[in-house]
Amino acid sequence: MKILIVGCGKIGSTLLASLTNEGHDIVAIDMDPAVITELTNIHDVMGICGNGVDSDILIEAGVKDAELFIAVTGSDEFNMLSCFIAKKLGASHTIARIRTPEYNDDSLTFMKEQLELSLSINPEFLAAQVLFNVLKSPSAVKIETFSGRHLEMVELRLKPDSIFDGVKLSELREKYKAKVLICCVKRGDDMFIPDGNFILRGNDTIGITATHAEIQKFFKAAGMLKKQARNVMLLGGSRTAVYLSEMLLSIGCNVKIIEKDLTKAKVLCETLPGAVIINGDGAQQELLVEEGIKDLDAFVSLTGADEENILISIFASSQGVPKTISKVNREELVTMAEKLGVDTVVSPKKMISDQLVSYARALQNSLGSNVETLYKLMDGDAEALEFNVVADARINGIPLKDLKLKSNILIAGIIRDSKTVIPGGNDVILAGDRVVVIAAGQKLSDLSDILK
Amino acid sequence: MNRKMVFYTTGHILILEAILFMLPLLCSVIYSETSSVIAFAISAGIALGVGLIMSALSYTKNKLIFAKEGFAIVALAWLAVSAVGALPFVIGKFIPSYVDAFFETVSGFTTTGATILSGTQIEAMSKGMLFWRSFTHWIGGMGVLVFLMAILPTDSGRSIHIMRAEVPGPIVGKIVPKIRETAKILYLIYIGLTVIMVGFLLAGKMPLYDSLVHAFGTAGTGGFGIKADSVASYSPYLQWVITAFMLIFGINFNLYFLILIGKFTSAIKSRELWCFGGIVAVSIGAIAINISSIGYSISETIRHSAFQVASIISTSGFATVDMNAWPGFSKTVLLILMFIGSCAGSTAGGLKISRVMLLFKTVKADLRKMLRPRSVNVVKLEGKTVDDATIHSTSVYLITYFIIFLALILIVSIDGFDMETTLSSVTSCLNNVGPAFGKASASFSVFSDFSTLILSFAMLIGRLEIFPILLALSPATWRKK
Repeated sequence: MKILIVGCGKIGSTLLASLTNEGHDIVAIDMDPAVITELTNIHDVMGICGNGVDSDILIEAGVKDAELFIAVTGSDEFNMLSCFIAKKLGASHTIARIRTPEYNDDSLTFMKEQLELSLSINPEFLAAQVLFNVLKSPSAVKIETFSGRHLEMVELRLKPDSIFDGVKLSELREKYKAKVLICCVKRGDDMFIPDGNFILRGNDTIGITATHAEIQKFFKAAGMLKKQARNVMLLGGSRTAVYLSEMLLSIGCNVKIIEKDLTKAKVLCETLPGAVIINGDGAQQELLVEEGIKDLDAFVSLTGADEENILISIFASSQGVPKTISKVNREELVTMAEKLGVDTVVSPKKMISDQLVSYARALQNSLGSNVETLYKLMDGDAEALEFNVVADARINGIPLKDLKLKSNILIAGIIRDSKTVIPGGNDVILAGDRVVVIAAGQKLSDLSDILK
Repeated sequence: MNRKMVFYTTGHILILEAILFMLPLLCSVIYSETSSVIAFAISAGIALGVGLIMSALSYTKNKLIFAKEGFAIVALAWLAVSAVGALPFVIGKFIPSYVDAFFETVSGFTTTGATILSGTQIEAMSKGMLFWRSFTHWIGGMGVLVFLMAILPTDSGRSIHIMRAEVPGPIVGKIVPKIRETAKILYLIYIGLTVIMVGFLLAGKMPLYDSLVHAFGTAGTGGFGIKADSVASYSPYLQWVITAFMLIFGINFNLYFLILIGKFTSAIKSRELWCFGGIVAVSIGAIAINISSIGYSISETIRHSAFQVASIISTSGFATVDMNAWPGFSKTVLLILMFIGSCAGSTAGGLKISRVMLLFKTVKADLRKMLRPRSVNVVKLEGKTVDDATIHSTSVYLITYFIIFLALILIVSIDGFDMETTLSSVTSCLNNVGPAFGKASASFSVFSDFSTLILSFAMLIGRLEIFPILLALSPATWRKK
């Protein structure tokens, strides 16, 4: 599929890398020749140096037969205009990054309609949503939801002395009486899709799928339940912080935001009347202690500097904060931060690239059982995909144990009429269901891809 | 330095060469030349064996390559294919000395067309050997590694480094987003044009074997013939066909792609193309006037001057007359054309028109700057501003080119030939043209083994545009630190 990407900053280049891995033909457009040179050195893409609104440049890039056009420059207006022109020049689908809060209210629908945008993306809002989910059930490292929250996928890191150490998966369900499914395990650099005979070890990272209630039950039984965070401190008054504060305030949390810049702090105070805004430098430990870091349920650092976020989160951990979260944009720092003991690391650009990869895959396969949502799990080694099932005689109505699946594929959940089934061998998939599939080492774009 | 990846890719190239040996082998089978069949079979076996061992020993999961690995892969692969490609000539006892055979093969792959064989020796060669000799032109023209890229899926997105190192020209870009598709399209255009040319030659009643061999030689802008007098004995029609196709293969292949996707106007607007056409027209005119006193008829004058100009500027090196007997002015014009060469992104050698254009424009901008020190100047090529880094690297290229040129002349002059012979043979080899003047005009066998080897390297340096070979020979590239 031919995809044009305008703007190759943080988000653009991450997108470019993951979409190239998917095998798409990518043309990257950026104004900075140095950026283009660097990108074409590293990735198998074509680079064009120029203005993404200029129709000459877009025509040169082949916008006419582009199936997907993505504008992710720093400016919302530029992105919208660029998408609008691309659409007029013949691009089939256009996606713009629109992140200014003023545009992201009711006017968004109107604007999307007028500009004929297929999708607008707002990385900060998406990040805030993910953070909100994690803060609601802090026991997990990462939570993804499928099909309107009917099914959750939770990532969890086991402690070295975890009570699960040495437990066989088949014994697990009986022992804790919760209907959960352990669908993937990462041990060191190796990734497993486990069966019932798999034995867990300390330090494993495990992925669990189940409904929200069952997962809470499981955590409770295992003595790992951390209660929903009520006192939350946010470091840095970024856009993400604003979105997140609004969500947290709406469920009655106490939110405290530390912002270095006085003018910015005042603006925050105006937009978020329910939150406490502190003007000060979050890197000063004394300030954090003074503001009661010891009594927090969760600490989230969202400043623009990755290193600062990581270090301050580690300090917060050492002060006994039960849940620390860092925003980290540079990929090479993500694993490092996790090793250093930050509970959860979020990377907005990674979320966006997941979202668009699934969008592209769904486009590619608009007739069959297409991809509804896609999440990369375990640092991208595995994928969780939700499919809309259409009538397909090869799959429909056949008990799962009789389906000849490829290796490293697991059917983790079936959602039928807002009821969720954690499937066993006798369950069947019917047309109209939504099915969640876990796949390692392969790229699925249709449900029938799971068959041998 | 990811050495394993360098040797791994080189191993693959040798396996590919073993497969390519099958074509001349088939040719020898058809003409029932037993000794040649055996020679090709043994050579293919060696290429396959060495290639497999090399690839197996240096298999690595780390496929990451950077610019320097790109240079090293290209240099090593070209040395390896030439070294192995020379084997059939030696095993078949057609060229007894390995150094001579190496020269002949390098001359083939680099599309130079300089030969150490005399006219009678060429006509005594087996059909299979002559086929292989010209086929090396065809493979080398578009590049062996580009060929490998087109047929094998690449593991990393970084093969652009290999392509940049192998494809001639100051700026190498892709024509479609994926490098493999780019390589495929280029090869398809190349094959298509070759087939069309064979068709034209067959229409002129040239035998199929001759047509194939000459099409290979023209497509790669190489110039190995199969007769003592090159193509002089063929009909004027055939000579005109070859003239036209030599020029066609001297044009940037990206323009053919533009025409194929229907952007005819943007292809025809190419400044490099117009410049190329202008130089060709002026040179033909100048030489036609200069040789009009020799005693050719008018049509012969035009045909010979056009053929020779096309042959030299496209760096092919076919000939319809003995150029060495022409007056000094015509020979000098041809010598200058050797330096200029054809368009970037074609199969021809030389400095390349776009590089020469860029250098002239830089000089112009600098002169203007001297006159008006505060004036701001930008150099534009094909309507696009050229960044300083490209201008800088082009200037450095020219300086390095001339340093190497002078060094080569100095080394080759040890053999004690006159200035014209030494100068023209080094120019011819470094620019991958083929024919030389003076004592080397008939064959390069007059040079000593040492000079033959030096000239072989000159051809490789010229084909790969200096830096890959230079960097591969410098120890700093291979050091671990």
